[in-house]
Amino acid sequence: MSNNQNGVFITFEETPADVRKNLISLGWPIQEWEEQRKWAFVDVSPQPGDETIIAGDYDLGALLARIENAIRKVNAQRVTMDTVSAIFSQFSDKRIIRRELHRIASGLKQLGMTALMTAERLEEYGDIARYGVEEFVADNVIILRNVLEEEKRRRTIEILKFRGTSHKKGEFPFTISPSEGIVIIPLSAIELKQKSSDLRISSGNPDMDEMCGGGFFRDSIILVSGATGTGKTLMTTEFTAGGVNAGERCLLFSYEESRDQLFRNATGWGIDYETMEREGKLRVICTYPEVASLEDHLIDIKAQIEAFQPNRVAIDSLSALERISTFKSYREFVLGITSFIKDRETAGLFTSTTPALLGGTSITEAHISTITDSIIILRYVEIFGEMRRGLTVLKMRGSGHDKGIREFVIDGHGMHIGKQFRNIAGILSGNIIHVAGLDDDRIGGLFKDE
Amino acid sequence: MSKSGNAVAEDRIILTLYVAGANPSSERAIANIEQIRSRYLGERCHVRVVDVLAQPDVAVAARVMGTPTLVREQPLPERRIIGDLGDFAAVLKAIGASRAGDEN
Repeated sequence: MSNNQNGVFITFEETPADVRKNLISLGWPIQEWEEQRKWAFVDVSPQPGDETIIAGDYDLGALLARIENAIRKVNAQRVTMDTVSAIFSQFSDKRIIRRELHRIASGLKQLGMTALMTAERLEEYGDIARYGVEEFVADNVIILRNVLEEEKRRRTIEILKFRGTSHKKGEFPFTISPSEGIVIIPLSAIELKQKSSDLRISSGNPDMDEMCGGGFFRDSIILVSGATGTGKTLMTTEFTAGGVNAGERCLLFSYEESRDQLFRNATGWGIDYETMEREGKLRVICTYPEVASLEDHLIDIKAQIEAFQPNRVAIDSLSALERISTFKSYREFVLGITSFIKDRETAGLFTSTTPALLGGTSITEAHISTITDSIIILRYVEIFGEMRRGLTVLKMRGSGHDKGIREFVIDGHGMHIGKQFRNIAGILSGNIIHVAGLDDDRIGGLFKDE
Repeated sequence: MSKSGNAVAEDRIILTLYVAGANPSSERAIANIEQIRSRYLGERCHVRVVDVLAQPDVAVAARVMGTPTLVREQPLPERRIIGDLGDFAAVLKAIGASRAGDEN
């Protein structure tokens, strides 16, 4: 409202004192603006003692006169009415109110005002507004919802009507952040217009680089999927360390392990996270998924990326965030974060935990397998009553890559990729869905051969 | 009317009628309150008419929203009657002066 356009706030429900207090928490110094004559209140909130009797026909001429007066006083361009539905608690005649709202709306239009009216709704997916009247006087209608879905609250915004222009249809999630106010996450606004480069970067592991045909691409998204303990955190650690060693800036979000654990793990693999962070090349952010809603996490991740300007971003693990959200908002989150990172031409490595120890896919894969450029699968392979680890590059967009499933071991220097599991390569060529089902056959085949 | 003579100061009724410009409902309300005053309330009743278009600040101070609005300033508590005041019985009841000596 302070964009050099002065405003009038008509409050039908809360007192100006309450509104002032609430807006200060969002960082808007209303009182200052009032003193500078940039902002004026028209207070039509009900008074506790008000006792009104209706006797005959009436209109809201006084209200209109007060609004016009306030507009003149601060030379306003914008008007907000919050909330129009509250008029009905003071005046019961719908017919008159409808006529009067029209009159106010056309009055405001004549004055060249941009007006925002808020109205209540009884149900999230019912009538547009409580009294079935409010929406007809407006040129544009925006619906805000706060839906309870699988015991989680989710805010969405929808543009229902926007006269004279085309707009995005449907609901978009949004969140309210103390510093920025309403932050909308526009999903279908995401376009596949990212530039693509053929510049290679190191995965941090020479064997892996070789498997990928010379490293990951500069601006690609890599998904590492595997069961718990297969080495996903190791891959993220090597990815970030590889970046730092190449002189890049790396940002790591961890949602599963604490800082201490992460740093200890890294040390165990011969990587000195502490020095890297001290030198400002690395930033590690550890949070529990439960501390915020998924939408807030997305905002936070974006803000951190904006602030640190990394060349590489790693998230370990993306699937940990799945448990705090609903299916729908998780999908939106994954899409949102992936496209944000891609848009910045930054390399991103996400991990995803599969629920089953042998084989299996996760929801994360289903959501982002098509928008990721590379997919690396880590699996346990059971051979002669022993759990070994196997790895394959399932997909590597724009490049040839090793298609075998190779065994790897983890020691004090990190990950070492060895030879291919014999008799398996032929079985695994195909898409990811077959991987899960074929695991048993694979191991069965191994037994027969040896 | 005859009662006006024995009215004490506490019996005084002060009314303010807020109207928005010269439109039919304003005129009706002014005519109606004048009739009610002269027919039922007489001298102890004082009516002031405020045009909110001319004096918006007064409307702000009085927190008037709908027009016409008749506000009973005295006796307290304040009461508001919104409408063109065509229903005399309702107006008198609201003012609390349908009968003499009726305090509220």
